[in-house]
Amino acid sequence: MIATLFKKEFTLELRRKSVVSGLVLYLFSTAFICYLTFNLRQNLVTPLVWSALFWITILFTAVNSVAKSFIGEKKGRDIYYYSIANPASIILSKILYNFLLCTLLSASGYLLFFLFLGDPIYDKLVFAVLILLTSMGFATSLTLLSSIAAKANNSNILMAVLSFPIVISILLMAIKVTKNCIDGLGWDASWDEMLTLLSINCLVAAVSYLLFPYIWRS
Amino acid sequence: MVKNWWKIVSILLLVYTLIAGFLMSVPRLNIINESIRALYFHVPMWFGMIVMFSVSTIYAIKYLRNPTTKNDVLSVEFANTGLFFGLLGITTGMIWANYTWGSPWHGDPKQNGAAIALLVYLAYFVLRGSVENQEQRSRLSAVYNIFAFAAMIPLIFIIPRMTSSMHPGSGGNPGFNMYDLDSRMRMVFYPAVIGWILLGVWIATLRIRIRKAEEQILELEDYA
Repeated sequence: MIATLFKKEFTLELRRKSVVSGLVLYLFSTAFICYLTFNLRQNLVTPLVWSALFWITILFTAVNSVAKSFIGEKKGRDIYYYSIANPASIILSKILYNFLLCTLLSASGYLLFFLFLGDPIYDKLVFAVLILLTSMGFATSLTLLSSIAAKANNSNILMAVLSFPIVISILLMAIKVTKNCIDGLGWDASWDEMLTLLSINCLVAAVSYLLFPYIWRS
Repeated sequence: MVKNWWKIVSILLLVYTLIAGFLMSVPRLNIINESIRALYFHVPMWFGMIVMFSVSTIYAIKYLRNPTTKNDVLSVEFANTGLFFGLLGITTGMIWANYTWGSPWHGDPKQNGAAIALLVYLAYFVLRGSVENQEQRSRLSAVYNIFAFAAMIPLIFIIPRMTSSMHPGSGGNPGFNMYDLDSRMRMVFYPAVIGWILLGVWIATLRIRIRKAEEQILELEDYA
């Protein structure tokens, strides 16, 4: 069931290519604006500024991309899914799909930053694992919030308000590990933060798995 | 009177806290000096906030299992009181930091964590404000309450312990831990915590009664 729903998300996305290309364009314009602004004077982008810009860009892209997973759905389609699938497989397939989407967007975000603003990252492998973990964190925490926001009025503002305080603990860890990666401290320095990040992800995923049926019922 | 014994206990404990907290002698520690008395007023606010938010989450879970208006009202009002305690905690902390650290907002990990925790619950009230349907509002906010509480655990209990901080009690600074909290201070500190928490419960019950009365007035108006 999860596989079917996952495939459905994928086919729908491929059918509406405008959404994904919109997100990529969003990412591109943000990176480009950063480049244009910081190009005014040489050597303004220190590694820490790079890290701040990178995570701000990724955060906003992630919020926008995950937000559409429920907010974009049509009213009648909800009822149709409700009648054929159980809520657990719906939330799991959405989380899985958003995880994939976030990873892709973060990876392409890194590429764009690499192109425009240079590449201060020393430990590439640690950073790659970090991107995987944060994408997982974004996907798990934002998917449930998107389903809450979809039920309320002015959902786009609500999505931002609800998600930022919750995503902050993930971001704090990410910023710290990014600094370690920039300094080239290797695995040992980032191990604690990675484990914390993984446990936050597990916690949030478990809670969303348990809570989603209650939102779905209404 | 029999049912209200805990309110009297609360008042007595708080009167004791005020008198003993300001008059009893405290250990002389570097930097902190007399401001160590903030322990009796600032720290119990956080204990109170955690207790109020936990109770609120418990009632949110209860609401999801058994959707009644009573569970919803209890959950909201305990969250409200917790938010109030959190605001008081952050204010007392800022007053203390102004004298000890030199500026009210120092960007300390604990300060940031507390501010984010308050943001979470402010978002909770924004969510409640933006859903029209009453039943849906209660259910969505209960879900967010539980979710936010779970997400707050690493923020408040884990991350501040991983980072160095100037806050007393962490990073080798003197403060609340079992080796340097003087036994004279415990005599005031524990009663203070209990007293403040009881006061918080009292505030919450009063607010719940106001809510109930308002609902009854509305019902009567509907009949009329």
